[in-house]
Amino acid sequence: MADTLSYLGVPLSRPRVAFFELTSCEGCQLQIFNNEASLLDFLSLVEIVNFREAMTEKSDDYEIAFIEGSISRRDEVEKLKKIRRQAKVLVALGSCACFGGVNRLRNRFHDLDWVKKEVYGDFPVDTAEVQPLEAQVPVDLKIYGCPIKKEEVERVISNLVLGKAVTPPEYPVCMECKAHENLCLYELGEPCLGPITRAGCDAWCPDNRRGCWGCRGPAEEANVKELEKIMRRYHFSREIIIDRLECFGGFAAYVDKLRAPGRHTHG
Amino acid sequence: MKQNVKVNIKPLTRVEGHGNIKISIKDGRLEEANWEVVETPRFFEALLVGKHYENVPYICGRICGICSISHTLASIRAVENAFGIVASRQTTMFRLLLKHMETMQSHILHLYFLVAPDFLGAGSVLPLTRTHPEEVQVALRLKRLANEACTLIGGRCLHPIRTVVGGFTMLPAKAELARLGRRLEEARSDLERAVELFTSFTMPDFVRETEFVSLKGDNTYPFIGGNLVSSDGVLKREDEYLAMTNEYCVEQSTAKWSRLSRPSFAVGALARFNNNHALLQPEAGRAAERLGLRPVCHNPFMNNIAQLVECLQVVEDSALIIDNLLASEWQEARQSVTPRRGRGVGVVEAPRGILYHYYAFDGKGRLEKADCVIPTSQNHANIQHDLQALAAHYAKAGRKDQDIELLAQMLVRAYDPCISCSVH
Repeated sequence: MADTLSYLGVPLSRPRVAFFELTSCEGCQLQIFNNEASLLDFLSLVEIVNFREAMTEKSDDYEIAFIEGSISRRDEVEKLKKIRRQAKVLVALGSCACFGGVNRLRNRFHDLDWVKKEVYGDFPVDTAEVQPLEAQVPVDLKIYGCPIKKEEVERVISNLVLGKAVTPPEYPVCMECKAHENLCLYELGEPCLGPITRAGCDAWCPDNRRGCWGCRGPAEEANVKELEKIMRRYHFSREIIIDRLECFGGFAAYVDKLRAPGRHTHG
Repeated sequence: MKQNVKVNIKPLTRVEGHGNIKISIKDGRLEEANWEVVETPRFFEALLVGKHYENVPYICGRICGICSISHTLASIRAVENAFGIVASRQTTMFRLLLKHMETMQSHILHLYFLVAPDFLGAGSVLPLTRTHPEEVQVALRLKRLANEACTLIGGRCLHPIRTVVGGFTMLPAKAELARLGRRLEEARSDLERAVELFTSFTMPDFVRETEFVSLKGDNTYPFIGGNLVSSDGVLKREDEYLAMTNEYCVEQSTAKWSRLSRPSFAVGALARFNNNHALLQPEAGRAAERLGLRPVCHNPFMNNIAQLVECLQVVEDSALIIDNLLASEWQEARQSVTPRRGRGVGVVEAPRGILYHYYAFDGKGRLEKADCVIPTSQNHANIQHDLQALAAHYAKAGRKDQDIELLAQMLVRAYDPCISCSVH
């Protein structure tokens, strides 16, 4: 690993970076160690000072904190606030951190006691409603996806090191999918949230002939009403729309509207 | 010998998830040695209720970032068993190939990134990039190959995309599959280097007699489906998994614990090896001998070695699967699925041990009940019992605090625990 970095002859400092996780599968942190071909170069851009899943050495002196996972217990709020106090830049890593992720699916059962009983019986277990990070602290950057795409992390880190702005695409996955000249999944009989989901994954799922499940949340000005029309045109039921929209938590506000009592939609 | 030892590790590093180790020895007597799991529960079995079957494997893969392929495949198998679907021979072969590549990816990650630093006196793999650059390159090449193979077949190296109830959304190009076969052949020299490296490590000399639970192979070393076996002589069918797992809750853990014939049992590579060693491919069998792994082995640290042996096993077996697939005419990637009211169990050997998913569906294919029994949750009680025996053993031998602290951490790491997965 290089000790000194420079870009166009200008020396760069290696930011001190820490990785943390709340309620999660740790898959997004695993992604950090993937893309093996560029891994050592990637690691040379930063100084990782805290990464419990991969290293024993640790320091609480860091500038950038990446946090995977959602909040689902009171002690996690304290942990998160402590990280927020230290970090200059706090990055939400993945759908769980950005939206609550699949964990959030249990919020649809408003009876938390039922949720606990279903898994643990009468054994007492401490838990709370699932929240994304920004429900408790300001979040500076979001890296979307379940899982995150390593290329996006590489881009974000490079931009942070160079002091460049980091902006996720505003357009939907549909654009990337069209650019790849895929046959539309609706034509293959598969529902797809590509028309309303934020791009940046390079149409990961549609390229593999699977409809988009919206893990990156809504694109700017996502037209969910129009998507409902498309879904109905292809005879997909309201339940299927809801299943898709609520899977990763990014469309929670829309799902609440769809589920609202008194609203009639015909599948 | 009079001796006092205090160990308080909170949380343990270089494992997946959050667990603490507490050991207290006073005047040479063990006061406590505890393995505590403090991970936040995610309630997958509850959040799945009401979901359409197509969602279920996709959501269940998210139980674990490292073994998402195993969870997806166990989940698909449970759904297919509930609906009475029998996967085609082609689908079965592709699934096994995908499973093999996950096994290799996970084992290499564990052996080089999490375990090797302990034996090379480092706190992580990062300093090893300077002190042992060639070994790190071997690890990166093997991990990259396994990940790219998973992407080739599953569409992504974790949280796979192409795997669905009924088969795959699409298959790789035959030429790409042939290329994978050649790359696996070339990987054998890297695996040989891995065997050399791990032959140079001395595993701690700790033994505690244990019951081992795994799938029971008939003609091949088992990874997907089949009967369940324990080294104490229990034999059950796949759908009798509850008799094998016997889960219960304990104060010190948000993950459930399991027991069978004794207070605890072990699952994982060592359990698979102990119960199925006669079915290893020739080179994997020879590597086991060279690495000093002999059945039935009751040293939990040898789980590391069993994982390495399995890396050779899956590479050899994958070559055979690829030859078989390339020699056959390919059918449709996906068969049609008709949901029905029913219950199904799906069992696979995840990298960390035997994994069960059980579901009940209503007539429309919506889930009514789910139960997932995770390898690491089955291992927690055994880790606890090992930790007590290990602390007492090395305290009696007069080992220093730091030694016992390191050995305790290495013991837990040897199980390759997937803690967040165990508290799913």
